[in-house]
Amino acid sequence: MAPTGSFRREMLEAQAPPAARTGRLRWLQENLFSSWPSALLTLLSLAAILWLVAHVWPWFAHSVWDAGSLTECRAIIRETWGGGASGACFAVIRERWQQFLFGFYPRELYWRPTLAFVLMFAALAPILFAELPRRLRWFAVAFPGIAYWLLWGGPASVPLAVYAGFAIAWLVHRAVAARASELVALVVAVAAMILWWLHLAGPVARALPILELQPVGSSRFGGFTLSLVIGVTGIAFSLPLGILLALGRRSQMFFVTTMCVGFIEFIRGVPLITLLLVASFLLNIFLPPGTNFDIILRVIIMVTLFASAYMAEVIRGGLAALPRGQYEAADALGLDYWKATRLIIMPQALKISIPGIVNTFIGLFKDTTLVAIIGLLDPIGLTTAIRADTNWNGIVWELYGFVALLFFLCCYGMSQYSQYLERKLRTGQR
Amino acid sequence: MSETVIDQPIDRSGMKVSDEVAIEIVGMNKWFGEFHVLRDIDLTVYKGERIVVCGPSGSGKSTLIRCINRLEEHQKGRIAVDGVELTSDLKNIDKIRSEVGMVFQHFNLFPHLTILENCTLAPIWVRKTPKKEAEADAMRFLTKVRIPEQADKYPGQLSGGQQQRVAIARALCMRPKIMLFDEPTSALDPEMIMEVLDTMIELAEEGMTMICVTHEMGFAQAVANRVIFMDQGQIVEQNEPKAFFNNPQSERTKLFLSQILGH
Repeated sequence: MAPTGSFRREMLEAQAPPAARTGRLRWLQENLFSSWPSALLTLLSLAAILWLVAHVWPWFAHSVWDAGSLTECRAIIRETWGGGASGACFAVIRERWQQFLFGFYPRELYWRPTLAFVLMFAALAPILFAELPRRLRWFAVAFPGIAYWLLWGGPASVPLAVYAGFAIAWLVHRAVAARASELVALVVAVAAMILWWLHLAGPVARALPILELQPVGSSRFGGFTLSLVIGVTGIAFSLPLGILLALGRRSQMFFVTTMCVGFIEFIRGVPLITLLLVASFLLNIFLPPGTNFDIILRVIIMVTLFASAYMAEVIRGGLAALPRGQYEAADALGLDYWKATRLIIMPQALKISIPGIVNTFIGLFKDTTLVAIIGLLDPIGLTTAIRADTNWNGIVWELYGFVALLFFLCCYGMSQYSQYLERKLRTGQR
Repeated sequence: MSETVIDQPIDRSGMKVSDEVAIEIVGMNKWFGEFHVLRDIDLTVYKGERIVVCGPSGSGKSTLIRCINRLEEHQKGRIAVDGVELTSDLKNIDKIRSEVGMVFQHFNLFPHLTILENCTLAPIWVRKTPKKEAEADAMRFLTKVRIPEQADKYPGQLSGGQQQRVAIARALCMRPKIMLFDEPTSALDPEMIMEVLDTMIELAEEGMTMICVTHEMGFAQAVANRVIFMDQGQIVEQNEPKAFFNNPQSERTKLFLSQILGH
C-alpha cells in the first residue's frame, strides 16, 4: 500500500524530562555493578586497595616522631610493637624539616624567605584571578625586586637600579620615537638599557646604599626555597620567551625564522642536564676572568631557555589551530600585526594551549631537582646529604616521600588552577 | 540555488550614484603559484554603487574583492581605494583596511570576546575612540541590525544569522566608506538568509558603496545597480540588473543564469 500523507493540527508543548533516577544503591548499580565483568573488576579493585592499605597502614601507624637516629627509631619500634614490626621513622623529618625548606639559610633570617613566599601569593593572585582589581598587578611587577632583596639581602638600591634600567629604556624610547622610526627607537632604547645595566647600575647602586639587609650568599641557598626560586623564575620568564619564539618561528622574515628554529631545535635536542653542566663548569671558562656570575642565576637562565623552547612549540600548536578567518578578520578591521596578535590571536592561541603550557610548567618545576647533580642542595641534594649522616644512614622512604609530597602539592595546585582557568574561559556554549 | 524573493518595497531615494570614484582597478592580474586566478581586471566603482559579483565557484570573484583590502596581494596592475593606491606600504594598507569594511562567509567573529567587545575593539584600538563613545556607537549599530539584546553574549551563543548581522555591525562600527561582502549568506540556513539580506538592503538604502559576492539573485535584482559576471578569472559581462537577467549577451552568462535560475 502506498504511504498516505499526514499533517499535524497542533504543535506539542514541551514537557519536563522524566524524574532522574537517584539514590545511593542506584549509583552503585550503575557505576560499579552494571554487568558481571564490571562487578568482578570492582571486587578485584577493592581487594587490591585493601591489600595495599593493610600493608602500608602499619608502617604509618608505627611511625616514630621523636628520636635522634635511625637506630634509636628502630629500637623504639621494637619496644612498642614487637620484634617483627616495621614503622616509619619520621623523626628525621622532624629534625631536618627546616633544612628541607630553607637549606643552609641563616636560621635567624628564616623570616625573609618566608615573607617572600607569602608575598609571592599576593603577587600571583591578581594575575591568576581576573576578578581582582587590575591595579594590584603593579605589585606583581614589583615582586621580583622585593623577593630578590629579601632573599639575597644587600641594599634595596640594587633591584631598584635594575628597575631603573626599564624606566631609562622607556624614556629613551619616547625621546627617540619622536624623531626617528619605531624600530630605531626600540633598538636605541634596548641598547641604553643594556649599557645602564652593564656599566652604570652597579656603581650607582653601591653609591646609594639604602635599606640595607644582611647579605646572604647563593651558597647558603638550598632546600625547597631553591626549588621555588628556580622554578618560579623559570616559569615567569619561559612563557613570554616562548611566545616570542613561537611568533618568530611563524614570522615571514627569513633571519628571524631561522634564528628561532635554530634555537628551538638546538635547545630541545640537548638534555637539560648537559645545559646545567655547561652552566656549572664551562661558562666560567668562557667568561672573562674575575667575573662573578652567580651559579643560581646561571641555572635559572639554562632552565628558562630549556623550558621556553618547549613552550614555543606548545604555543605554535595553539597558533596553528586558529582558523585563518581570525587573522583575516583582524586584518580587515585595520589592526596592525602587534595589535592583532595581542588582542585577537594570542588570547585564543594561549587558551587552546593551556594544557600544554601547564604541562611544561610542571615539567620545569620537577626538573629543578636536576640541579642536585651539579652540587646544589635542593631537596634531592639534601636527601643525599642527610643519608650520608651516620645517624640517618639507611633511611629512604621517609625522605623521598616527604620531597615527593612537597612537589606533588605544588604540581597538583598548578593542574587544578589550569582546569579552573579552562572552565572559566569556555565561551562557546549556548 | 533557489532565488530568494524580495517582496518588500525598496526605498531608492538614498541610493544615488555619484560620479566620484570609490575604487579604481586597472589591469590587475594575480596568480596563485602557476594558476592565473585574475586576468586583466578593469573595474571602476563609483561612490554609492551597489555591485553584485556572481559566477561559478573558482571564477576568482572572492579573490577579486579580497584584493581590494589586500587580504590577497595582486601582482600586476593597480588598485586605488578612495584615492590611495595599494602598495606594499603597510601604513597605506592599514589606512585602507580601516576605511573598507568586510563581511565574510563564515562570519569570523572573535569567539573570546562578547558581541559588544567584538564591535568596539577596532574603533578603540585603531580609531582611538574613547571606550564609552565606542560602546554607545556599537549599541546603535547593534540596534540597527536588530540584536541589541545580545550585546553581552558570546558569538558561540548566537545563531548563524545573528552572528552574520553582528559581523555587519562590527564592520559598520569603523564607519567604513565601502563595504565588501564575501558570500555573506552561503553558510546560513535558508530561514536565516532573509534576515541578513534585510540588513544589507537597509544599508543599500542609506547609500553605502557595496560590493557583494553572492548567489542571491533576488537581492541583485532588488538593490544592485550593476551585476558583474565572472568566469575563469575574467569579467565576462557586466550590466544593470534588468538587462543582465533579461537579456544576457555572452553564451557563458546565459548558461550560468539558466543553471541558477532554472529550477
